[in-house]
Amino acid sequence: MTAHDTPTPDAGGDGVGERAVGRYDLVIVGAGPAGLAAAGVAARAGLRVAVLDAGARIGGQYFRQLPEGFRAARPGALHHGFSRFVRLRDALGDADILLGHRVWAVERGPGGGFAVHCLEGREERARTVAAARLLIATGAHDRVLPFPGWDLPGVMTAGAAQALLKGNLVMAGRRVVVAGTGPFLLPVATSLAAAGATVAGVFEAGGRFALAPQALARPGKAAEALAYGYRLARHRVPYKGGRAVVAAHGDGELTHVTVAKVDADWRPYRGGQETIECDTLAVGYGFVPQLDLPAQLGCETSRDAAGGPVARVDRHMRTSVAGVYAAGETTGVGGADLAELEGVIAGRAVVADALGTPVAGDPADPRTEARRRRLAGFARALLRAYPVGDGWTSWLHDDTLICRCEEVPYGRVKEARDLGAADARSIKLLARPGMGWCQGRICGEAVARLAGEDPAPPRRPIAQPVSLGDLAAMDGRDEWKET
Amino acid sequence: MSGVGGSGPDGRVSGASTVRNGDEGGGMSGASPYRLVGARPEPGFEVRVDGRPVPVVPGQTVGAALHAAGIRTWRTTRFGDRRRGLFCGIGVCFDCLVTVNGVENLRACLTEARPGDEVTTS
Repeated sequence: MTAHDTPTPDAGGDGVGERAVGRYDLVIVGAGPAGLAAAGVAARAGLRVAVLDAGARIGGQYFRQLPEGFRAARPGALHHGFSRFVRLRDALGDADILLGHRVWAVERGPGGGFAVHCLEGREERARTVAAARLLIATGAHDRVLPFPGWDLPGVMTAGAAQALLKGNLVMAGRRVVVAGTGPFLLPVATSLAAAGATVAGVFEAGGRFALAPQALARPGKAAEALAYGYRLARHRVPYKGGRAVVAAHGDGELTHVTVAKVDADWRPYRGGQETIECDTLAVGYGFVPQLDLPAQLGCETSRDAAGGPVARVDRHMRTSVAGVYAAGETTGVGGADLAELEGVIAGRAVVADALGTPVAGDPADPRTEARRRRLAGFARALLRAYPVGDGWTSWLHDDTLICRCEEVPYGRVKEARDLGAADARSIKLLARPGMGWCQGRICGEAVARLAGEDPAPPRRPIAQPVSLGDLAAMDGRDEWKET
Repeated sequence: MSGVGGSGPDGRVSGASTVRNGDEGGGMSGASPYRLVGARPEPGFEVRVDGRPVPVVPGQTVGAALHAAGIRTWRTTRFGDRRRGLFCGIGVCFDCLVTVNGVENLRACLTEARPGDEVTTS
């Protein structure tokens, strides 16, 4: 799959929808399971579809692909359900796949439709893609919580370890500790072990069998969990619940971590600590949906079962803004199966809306809806089974960085609170966490929790760093004439 | 530059180094990422990191190539002089910012390495 050379469609009509010249019927941001599924549905129905992704290959995080340069005979060995990816890839029809496109802003156009502003490639060429309808399927990133030593080289997110392996065939380290909460820790640990790393332990801060009741209610998931358990055992990887990495240590880079036995709120028990040598820590506390684009467009959000913001959609994946759809983790973290199904549903809705027919008239059978309800129910149960315990704040010292970018330590956040900053926004203005390069994507949730709030939806007018020149050009609105 | 040797992109050179990589990993004998997926990488190329050659398999990111070569940090923070490298690995955290061919502030985890790239650490 390569980027199309001339992504802007010409005037050739196929009679679907009211398409202005040079405008896609549907632009999908994100080439993960949701985006690919939607693209296939819409393209097969005759719509002009473009899929934009910042990555160099389709698949998103879950189905992150190896570069062709590796000539891998068994690319599926690093994946769960690789055949599903192959099916999605082969069903894309004539959708244009625009890779290496980082979307930094989306706007509603003057006469309806949307302008999607991108930076393309390493050279960051500015490009604007015009769309009649927009599907946001931008996925999620790891949720991380600060702890002493978390900015030592060698400490990385669980997702980073997966990305290195799946996308680069590079092991995160030789001796790795995997820690955090949630079922994602299992594939991370088993992949690393299968690739030859020594996994010194998997430490689940929640209960070891938090998921058991939900998994038993879904035979497929129970089998999946058992398979991971078997593989961990085969590689002699210890998996322990009720334990958290509360500190990382090393002189300049990671050499060991402190693992503490924690109670149900994640407060360490006195004396229940052990030191484990490792060169790498892969840590993740679940996932945070990337909501920059829906927020820019003014899409309403709601709260997931754990209180985090998600894009609000109707049962056809329409957001509150006409012409904007969302699918996958954008609407709530639910995993690849649900993302793919939501992509299919969104694709069908886009087709129906483009043709001006009711969605009910399409093959959106009751089984799809039932399956979605089942998967969404499982996703909610997962969120409830793996909550973030309040006790993580007891791991912090005054000099523990909360914001990695602006190097704001916990002590300064406490000072801001003492000065009367009662909410996350005031803390940010006083102590400056979240004001750096990442714009609070990494520390935003921690700061909100330290303020005693649920994390708020993002308010970033710009989703990627962009030059002042490109910003100024946007003001001229020339892109509307170009496209 | 400092670091623990990761699972080098050894397959780019020869099968022998792939085995060595697995041995270094200390896991099951002979296990390596290359063996796992049956990779037979096409001939690789080099980039230079502060003048030192670092091998790359076509398609790897700058960050992955450096990490694989045991280079785990390539940036120092403004205030605390803290060393930084890969953290989120997917373009969100901006910790892995790197200078390539004089262009500053590229995310190493997203930037695909190209033959002849000159990477400068700070």
